[in-house]
Amino acid sequence: MPFSEETLTRLKADAAEITGRYPRARSALLPLLYLVQAEEGYVSDEGMAFCAEVLGITQTEVRGVASFYTMYKHEPAAEYQVGVCINTTCAIMGGDQIWSELAEHLGGDPHNDGHHDIKSPDGRVAIERLECNAACDYAPVVMVNWEFFDNQTPQSAKQLVDDLRAGQHVTPARGPSRLCTWKQANRILAGFGDGQATEGPSAGHASLVGLKLAKERGWTAPSANGSDESPAAAGKDTLGKESS
Amino acid sequence: MTDTLTPVLTAFWDEPDSFTIDGYRRHHGYEALPKALAMEPDDVIAAVKASVLRGRGGAGFPTGMKWSFIPQNDGKPHYLTVNADESEPGTCKDIPLMMANPHVLIEGAIITCYAIRASHAFIYVRGEVLHVVRRLQLAVAQAYEAGYLGKDILGTGFDLELVVHAGAGAYICGEESALLTSLEGFRGLPRNRPPFPAVEGLYACPTVINNVESISSVPSIIANGSDWFSGLGTEKSKGYGIFSLSGHVKNPGQYEAPLGITLRELIDLAGGMLRPGHPLKFWTPGGSSTPLLTHEHLDIPLDFEGVAAAGSMLGTRALQLFDDTTCVLRAALRWTEFYQHESCGKCTPCREGAYWLVRALERMENGQGTDEDLEMIPDVGGNIMGRAFCALGDAVPVPIISALKYFRDEIIQHQKNGGCPFDPAASTAWAV
Repeated sequence: MPFSEETLTRLKADAAEITGRYPRARSALLPLLYLVQAEEGYVSDEGMAFCAEVLGITQTEVRGVASFYTMYKHEPAAEYQVGVCINTTCAIMGGDQIWSELAEHLGGDPHNDGHHDIKSPDGRVAIERLECNAACDYAPVVMVNWEFFDNQTPQSAKQLVDDLRAGQHVTPARGPSRLCTWKQANRILAGFGDGQATEGPSAGHASLVGLKLAKERGWTAPSANGSDESPAAAGKDTLGKESS
Repeated sequence: MTDTLTPVLTAFWDEPDSFTIDGYRRHHGYEALPKALAMEPDDVIAAVKASVLRGRGGAGFPTGMKWSFIPQNDGKPHYLTVNADESEPGTCKDIPLMMANPHVLIEGAIITCYAIRASHAFIYVRGEVLHVVRRLQLAVAQAYEAGYLGKDILGTGFDLELVVHAGAGAYICGEESALLTSLEGFRGLPRNRPPFPAVEGLYACPTVINNVESISSVPSIIANGSDWFSGLGTEKSKGYGIFSLSGHVKNPGQYEAPLGITLRELIDLAGGMLRPGHPLKFWTPGGSSTPLLTHEHLDIPLDFEGVAAAGSMLGTRALQLFDDTTCVLRAALRWTEFYQHESCGKCTPCREGAYWLVRALERMENGQGTDEDLEMIPDVGGNIMGRAFCALGDAVPVPIISALKYFRDEIIQHQKNGGCPFDPAASTAWAV
């Protein structure tokens, strides 16, 4: 459906801000595609036409780029896109089982070709297989709208999907207190923050294992002048020394 | 005697506001910046050269040397692009770093730009990590507000714009030349080199591309001195680095230590392997593109030379550990499927070779492999390696070739057995 005049005016203002970030406007294509995906939930023909017009390139050039990157959807996405990591570490730690059980839970075929999402009948949730999402120390990992749901099991993943379908609040392991929608997530990727950056922990438990151990044992980086105290390393933990 | 673990970049991730400018300043954040801005740019490059910092994104190229390749007084704009597209399977250090301590990356980026005379920099972060994107956006906004970015930084006349740019789901864009093509708004296809990015990079202008952890190490070098940094680590692999343990280990996670620590030490720190009676079978030292190693290699120093001498590569220190419940063929097949999925398709050997390998490995894993398949695999692998524009192609055959080196009998056993002899349920996190 073509954008309304009002929507177009708003999108054009956002697009001008995006192109203004770059020395050359063409660099703005990826964020512009996120911008139109934030509007419609996917990259539609109209969305691509809009990007082409902003950048003065052809729609074919835009389509060529949009089709290369897996984060752009070419049919309407669900409100919550659930991704199960099936790269090796997550797969072996249980990601394969999570994927199979989740697919069956939603009445889909776990052995589909891997190029199509499996949508819940109500269209609220879709599941897809992901490659490594850089959270291997929290394997097996599930992402929802690109937020981390760490250390999942088949049970927890099915519960997560049920909660999302029931419209209940779910909280990512390392993310904001409340999950945003797919469209909102794409707007953040276009470069427009939602003010939730300060929510959630600084780091998850696995990110902190080495630091915790170092503190317990009184280990630090050396200081610049060769003493034990390091300006960068926050000093020794006396309590930790007792326990080590 | 240096301590076993040396938290620098990770030192205050346990504080609730570690990702804010106040949290960072409380730990001497942004104190290296005025020091660097008071130096001549060439002296900053010399300091990083003298520290012998080597790239933390996998290849280990000396960072200061890379900077020194940027031609000066050439009349062209220069650019810095931070490679924050962390996607190498097993690699999970930059994402927690940017979530917990994005300001150390920003301070490093400002110092780097000053050194290479760049006035525009980009953090190309993979898009699939929304909260990390938020934290970077917040940190950049805070740095602008504090006068560390923008015009006339700290009254020195140095100007810098820093843009957070989200990628859109393509492993290939972690390859530096593909990253540049992507950042220019095109499909992420790699470029042939030469010319190298230092001469013709972004918009065909001189460009430095460095990994997140490399750039984040720069403030500590400027603050504490090159000798401080090179005093850590081993003879040719200086400094500290984040070691990421994942898989069948009790306490997976991030361990920041001088280069040269061994896997035996790290597993011990991590509380041992996950299940009693199930020892380490195989592991990657630095992601799926680095050849597999086994329990025989527990005591090699995890530095560039030590891992190379054992026939692999240090890579990104992404230590994925698998115990004896794991089928090595299943692991190798999955990594090969990953490369097939992520091959950009530009080079025929990589595009077609990955496809062929996946088909052969599927047959083997299902017990339908033949002796011909066993012969074909190294042949196809050898025809991909060195015949593609970028390192993705070189990586395609790595998992299966190294698996065959150590576990040939187990792989052949699939054929005799008429299928995989392993139970995948036994290797999950919840299997007793």
